[in-house]
Amino acid sequence: MLGLHGRDLTLFLVVTALVVFAPVILNPFPIGSSLAQFNAGYPDLMQRFVIYGIFAIGFNILFGLTGYLSFGHAAFLGLGSYAAVWMFKLLSMNVIPALILSTVVAGLFALVIGFISLRRSGIYFSILTLAFAQMMYALAYSVLTPITNGETGLQLALDDPRILDGGERPTSLPVTDLFGLEMRETTVLHMGSWEFTIGAGYYFAGILMLIAFYLSIRIFRSPFGMMLRAVKSNQNRMNYTGLNTRPYTLAAFVISGMYAGLAGGLLAAMDPLAGAERMQWTASGEVVLMTILGGAGTLLGPVLGAGLIKYFENIFSKINDGVLHAWFGAVPDGMEDVLVTVFHPFVGKGWHLTLGLMFMAVVIFLPGGLVEGGTRIGRLFRRRGRNAGGAEAEAAAKHPAE
Amino acid sequence: MGILEVKGVNKRFGGLQALGDVNLSVAERTVHAIIGPNGAGKSTLLNCLVGKLIPDSGSVMFDGKSVLGRKPHEINQMGISRVFQTPEIFADLTVLENVMIPCFARRDGAFRMHALRSVRSEGGIRDQAEAMLADVSMLEKAGAHAGSLSRGDKRRLEMAMCLVQEPKLLLLDEPTAGMARADTNNTIDLLKEIKDKRPITMCIIEHDMHVVFSLAERITVLAQGTPLIEDTPDNIKGHPKVREAYLGEAQV
Repeated sequence: MLGLHGRDLTLFLVVTALVVFAPVILNPFPIGSSLAQFNAGYPDLMQRFVIYGIFAIGFNILFGLTGYLSFGHAAFLGLGSYAAVWMFKLLSMNVIPALILSTVVAGLFALVIGFISLRRSGIYFSILTLAFAQMMYALAYSVLTPITNGETGLQLALDDPRILDGGERPTSLPVTDLFGLEMRETTVLHMGSWEFTIGAGYYFAGILMLIAFYLSIRIFRSPFGMMLRAVKSNQNRMNYTGLNTRPYTLAAFVISGMYAGLAGGLLAAMDPLAGAERMQWTASGEVVLMTILGGAGTLLGPVLGAGLIKYFENIFSKINDGVLHAWFGAVPDGMEDVLVTVFHPFVGKGWHLTLGLMFMAVVIFLPGGLVEGGTRIGRLFRRRGRNAGGAEAEAAAKHPAE
Repeated sequence: MGILEVKGVNKRFGGLQALGDVNLSVAERTVHAIIGPNGAGKSTLLNCLVGKLIPDSGSVMFDGKSVLGRKPHEINQMGISRVFQTPEIFADLTVLENVMIPCFARRDGAFRMHALRSVRSEGGIRDQAEAMLADVSMLEKAGAHAGSLSRGDKRRLEMAMCLVQEPKLLLLDEPTAGMARADTNNTIDLLKEIKDKRPITMCIIEHDMHVVFSLAERITVLAQGTPLIEDTPDNIKGHPKVREAYLGEAQV
């Protein structure tokens, strides 16, 4: 089905189900309960999950397959946002032209930046991409103010032309839509004491993420994907096998730049403003963290990593001392204070600390990321099942003379 | 006129004359060995043939066309494959994938973006790669991780990757360096088999005289960057000039 086979198809269907049912899955706690603040099933956050998912999936096509570690991918994210907002200002509030332009502009910039940066590999490539991104950030912040609106960031204005939307000047700022369906539109489903918010913007972004994910599976399983893995494995052998590595790496760079541009455009489509800080190196670093945390070179890893980091940033950071006191309310007062003091640096504003420790643990113990963790657990269970069946000989036969 | 014609090639590294006026002609469908003591310029010469180094002067013609100024991948597409001293394979990929990649390179050229076509649908390429693996009796290892192979098997795999491209000229850079006697003999047998089965020209750089005299039909002796003599193995054996060149260096 869809040109996918076996486990890839299963994986794609599972991710599709997760995206479709996310508003329910991420809202497990009834409203009014003390845990309700950990519900992540509101459109604003879910949109960020899937949009950064797209960003990480694209980044993984470059980093996971070819091994080229770009440290400037946020530049394409920012470019996408600027391009989209300009489309909203000049052409129409419809998100389709905006997203097309975001992807195309990011792709063109990726072509130029990639062409130059890919002359070097390893750390030098990373530094070159970082330099480009920081240059673009600095330009957007200062010299290019007429285009980017500098520090304030690019915003919609009442007197924007918006050629396709008719000449009428709106009385309030218009909102983004998809042929009339407003991106901010939501429907709330009440089920007992649970509440699920279905947002148009989330589902639109979710569908695009599924398409992006689908394309990435196809790329991973294609001859092109095999060549990219060969680039990572041994460029020397590639050259002496009659293959030109440069266009392969450049194609991967441009594809991942376009994914980033699409993600940037979607960010603007959900909230039509674009600021230079979206291009800053911390944002480039974030997508590297997402990909490595989830598992570079795996299909699902980047999506998991993006979700986890955005969850930490938005939910884990909400645990303040008040919440901790409520949690440890049952223990004696002296102990309660001690426990709160111990946990304090790790939660709330200290969420970076927990994330950092987790990142270190993953890199040291699970170099393949969370996906490898899942695989190991799966293998453990399977082995247990097999031992019960007394089929150890089968395992031994599979790995002869090791 | 040989398939490979090297004329008046010079290469200098700073003050060192690595190659001085090298002339070499390799006839089609022969096994031509290049021997010589350490530092004689054998590897430099080989690197000039595959585009890794560009000679300061002289010409290198392959199949009637000049290879000078061309990149390694272009030279490979002309029909020259190379086996390295330490096997260069795709260690992170499976054995089968290792052989499929040269098949793709042969069919699609230096770059082709089949990004949405599934590898599964490439039955022809897979069959070709499997047939090649069967030829070098490695088919049962097709699914194995190439990096986990033994040294001998890596060499065998690299050979398969080169041969599946059906090159007109196969360059071998000390293919048995660092191998145990048994592995060396296996490699000799493999090369003999290849030679008998395929219309291929081979050019071997080798230290091991046992390998050279088991395979070569012509031998060029290189000393201090210059060809000393070129002849049949029988005439090379015991030639005074050759003994002189090797003198002081233990005959291994």
